[in-house]
Amino acid sequence: MLALADFFVAIIETEISIAPRHLVALLPLFPRVKLAQGLWLLSWCATVAGATTFTLGCLLKTELRRRAEVMDNTDIHVVPNTLMIVGLASLGINYFASKICQDALDAGRFPRWKNFLKPYFAVSCFFTVLMLLSVIMSYAMKGSLESSLKAGLRNGIRFYKDTDTPGRCFQKQNIDRLQMEFECCGNNDFRDWFEVQWISNRYLDFGSKEVKDRVKSNVDGRYLVDGVPFSCCNPRSPRPCIQYHLTNNSAHYNYDYLTEELNIYLRGCREALVHYYMGLMNTIGAGVLSIFILQGSVLVSLRFLQTAMEAVAGKENTEIETEGYLLEKGVKDTIMEYLDPVLKFFLLKNGGKVEEGAAADKPAAVP
Amino acid sequence: MVLLKMKFNQQRRVRLAQGLWLLSWLAVMCGAFIFCLGVYLKTELLRRDEVMENTEIHVVPNILMMVGLASIGTNWVATRVCQDSLDASRFPRWKVLLLAWFVVAALLCCLLLAVVVLSYALQGRLEESLKVGLRNGIRFYKDTDVPGRCFQKETFDRLQMEFRCCGNNNFKDWFEVQWVSGRFLDYTAQEVKDRIRSNVDGRYLLDGVPFSCCNPASPRPCLQYHLTDNRAHFNYDYLSEDLNLYSRGCRQALTDYYMGLMNSTGPGVLSVILIQVSVILSLRYLQTAVEGAMALENPEGDSEGYILEKGVKETFEEVKVKVLTMIKLAQVDPEGVPDEAEAEKAADTATEKAASPTPAS
Repeated sequence: MLALADFFVAIIETEISIAPRHLVALLPLFPRVKLAQGLWLLSWCATVAGATTFTLGCLLKTELRRRAEVMDNTDIHVVPNTLMIVGLASLGINYFASKICQDALDAGRFPRWKNFLKPYFAVSCFFTVLMLLSVIMSYAMKGSLESSLKAGLRNGIRFYKDTDTPGRCFQKQNIDRLQMEFECCGNNDFRDWFEVQWISNRYLDFGSKEVKDRVKSNVDGRYLVDGVPFSCCNPRSPRPCIQYHLTNNSAHYNYDYLTEELNIYLRGCREALVHYYMGLMNTIGAGVLSIFILQGSVLVSLRFLQTAMEAVAGKENTEIETEGYLLEKGVKDTIMEYLDPVLKFFLLKNGGKVEEGAAADKPAAVP
Repeated sequence: MVLLKMKFNQQRRVRLAQGLWLLSWLAVMCGAFIFCLGVYLKTELLRRDEVMENTEIHVVPNILMMVGLASIGTNWVATRVCQDSLDASRFPRWKVLLLAWFVVAALLCCLLLAVVVLSYALQGRLEESLKVGLRNGIRFYKDTDVPGRCFQKETFDRLQMEFRCCGNNNFKDWFEVQWVSGRFLDYTAQEVKDRIRSNVDGRYLLDGVPFSCCNPASPRPCLQYHLTDNRAHFNYDYLSEDLNLYSRGCRQALTDYYMGLMNSTGPGVLSVILIQVSVILSLRYLQTAVEGAMALENPEGDSEGYILEKGVKETFEEVKVKVLTMIKLAQVDPEGVPDEAEAEKAADTATEKAASPTPAS
């Protein structure tokens, strides 16, 4: 750790040349050894961190699947999926990083990693950036989650009464348990229950006058009540729960609809669920951000070590000072260099001998 | 006649010491496990403290915690003894302590056995305690304005919802108690006046239950009131309706929960007892083998290890005589010489027996 700190101080003290090399540092033998050792430890820590990322992804996925019945689509699942992929990839990346560190100080074993390193860095940078993207996504997808819950809860409330319809017979139980667990009622609030017939026709006496009046009072012939299911009841209320005739002050003794706060849950289930999932993703996001920083520092240090060791390769006196750098060319040039093979692959139909000729020149320019 | 004699050469003694050192550390872990188990059980019992009338059942987790702590200390001492056992200069200082150690360790094993027995034996007391506690909870359900009882309603509602139960024995317990507070009753209404007049104490009794008894698995919206009146609800039969409310009583639910908890800890405690007993036996063998080796001219030669020097009966007689002598000597004897002579004679025989090496306690 100390060696890495010294090393970063050396970078700051050294002049940062604008071209052709970026972020150069002078590395004599002793700091190189310390760098390799420190990096080996750091890469094993990063391996554990990768496993943690995978676990966090699994956790989030499980929590989202538990409430899958009140979600309309599975767009939000992209966040835990990405976390799981990145976690697994990071295990591989850091394993190879530690192997490279072990071989770095051995001039005989280091050259065999030469051809491997360029694609390795490309893949590692891709997955590290993906890690950052997943954290950004977890904030960006809040709106998508809300609309998914809105549609899902609306369906749940509509199908609450269909306990005899196959495929929907568990909606009632799910919504009841959801409302009891999250201490919420309805979609936006409890008035959502007033707009839907949530009592099945099997339990309505169509011979009674009250039922006939209510059914006639609206266009669709639905039995609408100003009442809520028992799962909306708040145990903290000092009085036994009032479920029916909520808007009618004279139906209950000592009751005022507008000032009564403790009788039923006032919060809507959509808000409660969004709050819960955002809290979960914020906590996970904070952890993933720190893992991202760790992973980034592993890759940067490995790059410095690689370039420093490559300068030593082939020389007889291995104890000389060498320069380590981050990028040989400028940022733009390096990106173009990496993207060229990819673009060539996709533009293969349009490509001709011109691209092939240009590609033949490129390997010679690569250090 | 020596009990369970075994021959030990130097290598076997060393192996025994090493194996016992590992086993003692394992026993230390087991002691920590027992302590944590006790803490967990105590926490679970304290969470439902409001519906329990007395705390007799708390003796089970209390003993577990005490035994756990004592066992950590005892087995740590065993590891130290093992470490010193092969060093002839350091081992003798443990001699006096070992007798006390065996007594303490045996006591711990007995206490653990007692815990297993108690956890079954106290089931009846737990049920009684819950019966009274729940009855009080139901009675004070309506007193949300009385200091000291204002949380009974919330506690009871959450209990019924979490354990999926209703009432004490079953939901009919709610019919016998006024659970609707007088503050929310309109005493001028005919219905209220009728109900109050219908019983001696002037209580507002109804055939209804609180909302927390409702079963979410029921296909129809919950029926809370007029439960015994088939005509009050469409397509409803009081006697055949079983999904509407929770059918189990809370006393049954809580007893099942706590008994399940204590039963699942049973196998763990039994295996800890086994480990502790094997530590005791191994340490006894190690002690006798090492002492035997130290008495030899060549300390690295073969020695014998045993559990008891004499048979069980003889050792027991010896111990009895010793204890009685100690009691008699300690007593101030007003009766004079013959008893003194008797005491002296008993003391002589005791010292004679003590003269021959008796490491057995």
